[in-house]
Amino acid sequence: MKWRKLGVLLLVLAFAATMVVGCGGSQDTSAPDQTEKEFKVGFIYIGAPGDAGWTYAHDEGRKYLEQQIPGVKTVTLENVPEGADAERSIEQLVQEGCQVVVANSFGYGDPMLEVAKRYPDVTFLHCSGLQTAENVSTYFGRMYQPRYLSGMVAGAMTKNGKIGYAAAYPIPEVIRGINAFTLGVKAVNPDATVKVVWSNTWVDPTLEKQAAQSLIDAGCDVLAQHADTPAVQQAAEDAGIYSIGYNSDMRKFAPNANLTSPVWNWGPYYVRVIQSVIDGTWKSEAYWGGMADGIVDLAPISDKVPTEIVDQVQAKKQEIIQGEWDVFFGPIKAQDGTVKVPEGQALTDEEMLSMDWFVYGVEGTIE
Amino acid sequence: MKRLRLVRRNNESWLVKVAVPILSILLAILVGWIFLVLSGYDAAETYRRMIQGAFGSPYAISETIVKAIPLALTGLAVSVAFRMKLWNIGAEGQLYMGAFAAAGVVMFLGDWPSWLLLSVMLAAGFAAGAIWGLIPGALRAFWNVNETITTLLLNYVAIFWVSYLVFGPWKDPNAMGFPLAPRFPQAAYLPVIPGSRVHIGILVAVAVAVLLYIVMKYTRWGYEVRVTGESPEAARYAGMNVVRNILLVMLVSGGIAGMTGMIEVSGITHRLQQDISASYGYTGIIIAWLARLNPFTVLLVAFLFGALLVGGFGVQTYGIPYAIVLMLQGAVLFFLLAGDIMLKYRLTITRED
Repeated sequence: MKWRKLGVLLLVLAFAATMVVGCGGSQDTSAPDQTEKEFKVGFIYIGAPGDAGWTYAHDEGRKYLEQQIPGVKTVTLENVPEGADAERSIEQLVQEGCQVVVANSFGYGDPMLEVAKRYPDVTFLHCSGLQTAENVSTYFGRMYQPRYLSGMVAGAMTKNGKIGYAAAYPIPEVIRGINAFTLGVKAVNPDATVKVVWSNTWVDPTLEKQAAQSLIDAGCDVLAQHADTPAVQQAAEDAGIYSIGYNSDMRKFAPNANLTSPVWNWGPYYVRVIQSVIDGTWKSEAYWGGMADGIVDLAPISDKVPTEIVDQVQAKKQEIIQGEWDVFFGPIKAQDGTVKVPEGQALTDEEMLSMDWFVYGVEGTIE
Repeated sequence: MKRLRLVRRNNESWLVKVAVPILSILLAILVGWIFLVLSGYDAAETYRRMIQGAFGSPYAISETIVKAIPLALTGLAVSVAFRMKLWNIGAEGQLYMGAFAAAGVVMFLGDWPSWLLLSVMLAAGFAAGAIWGLIPGALRAFWNVNETITTLLLNYVAIFWVSYLVFGPWKDPNAMGFPLAPRFPQAAYLPVIPGSRVHIGILVAVAVAVLLYIVMKYTRWGYEVRVTGESPEAARYAGMNVVRNILLVMLVSGGIAGMTGMIEVSGITHRLQQDISASYGYTGIIIAWLARLNPFTVLLVAFLFGALLVGGFGVQTYGIPYAIVLMLQGAVLFFLLAGDIMLKYRLTITRED
């Protein structure tokens, strides 16, 4: 008995010693983190790049940034919850020497402003945020523009006039997207309606698929989505109906179902902003760019869509890019049929950013 | 035929008690090490960064403590119930109800002086968590309804209740439709150690641990709880009021979890929102078990657990994907829990005919 105990103890000690030596040894060989010339940019992600959606699009932007500006090195923290962990994660990136910290979800606002107060020399970029500060910019894109175009495609391709929309949360960004999409649908197919279900999640393939299935069960023959993963696309593929993706070109996940996707293209924005920080010309701003800037776009349209529709969509796209027309130009009717935006008027940015009402043709409620 | 068997240890020697957890952690590191090397990462550097991220600087230690506070409190909360073999899986929901009540206090009494406001918030947090614990407690005490299921299901009710509030009636009108309750006034912030996020909740956690230790060890009620846990029949035979004890235990357990919710909104998020808890209520269960329900050990285990979470999360910037981080953390947990069995039992080979 005694011997066995001693044996155990020796084993443990030997094991521990190996570990300590192993760790200690590496400490000497590990290269210093930064060289002088390196410009470090940190990214805080709400999801993982593998989501093929929201975070994936941002990560593509990050890679583009690294390619375009050779001196830039990026680090990422993925799956950062929006609660208590966010502030520590942002702080960690600053402490590791990041001169710019980028955060890709709305809920990082408060913690980012807290950290920004402590590090006035560091630049912070908050995607979809509300509040700027001396060293904090917000940035976002007018996704409603390509959403409208994708609505035109959906409206043209539905056979029974029932289109489904699986949406994340009833917040202005999502509502704006649903409205723009519906206006696009109505422009080519005045009788069609858009049925909305809420999945109450940004990233959860199972719940997203359930939401899609409930729309399929309700008889919808084209599905659109405001969610991070391609789950809705796959549900449409399985059901043999059409679908509109989101975030990135989701064709590869549903080659038969997917018609097109409104997509994010963050790369050029990141390059422009980071370059201005490096040059010392950066100024805090609330950036909301549209199709003209290329930050949002429509993915290539499937060849299942008739050419005359594609031409119509392209013409509309040019109008938007040229600034001749925009989605929320009147006349626009509210869900109950009353005129919300009269002919000759348009919604202001402020009104679009706080949108909490549906347009005519949407079936569903904002809860 | 030879068979492997688990035989209960008669006594756990100090050596086994110390050696088994250390060996468990080292084994976990070894497995993680092999995995990292096979995946093409520098394992030594990964673990070095993990340790540095948790303990490497005053800031790192302060963040480990910030993480440990809610873990310790929920660990203490459930350990009270577990003492009596009441399976309170509902600390998560009780936490959310505590946060809700605290935020409600701020909403209506926000202009009170800070010390008074914070005291009322803490009391309200305790009360709300206690009520949320008492519901399944009463169902169990009077009708013998399985509390594992009721406490678990009430978690969803509480979490959705908070979601409903921040999406609906309590939504900040200045948040442009985003699901956030209004930010607390400064008076409703817990005092912090300057230059860090370590808030006064750490004292609450220590005080609760001391109090629980004393109550469990030296009071008649503590004795009753322990006896009832060991054998409800014996307790009843001895004339102990089992119904009253179930209610009291669930009240205290839920109340501590509720205070955790108050401490998180008042000390960290400074407003009611979704995701105030990173599953603290569930992680607390693991912590309570690893600590063998001993209040002081809960504090220690919570601190180490905080280190594992904080240090582990940070190695992502070294290029380690989040999925691998989870695997490394999971390995530590797995081996610790497996090691716990080796503490209670020993493996023997027996011959069967």
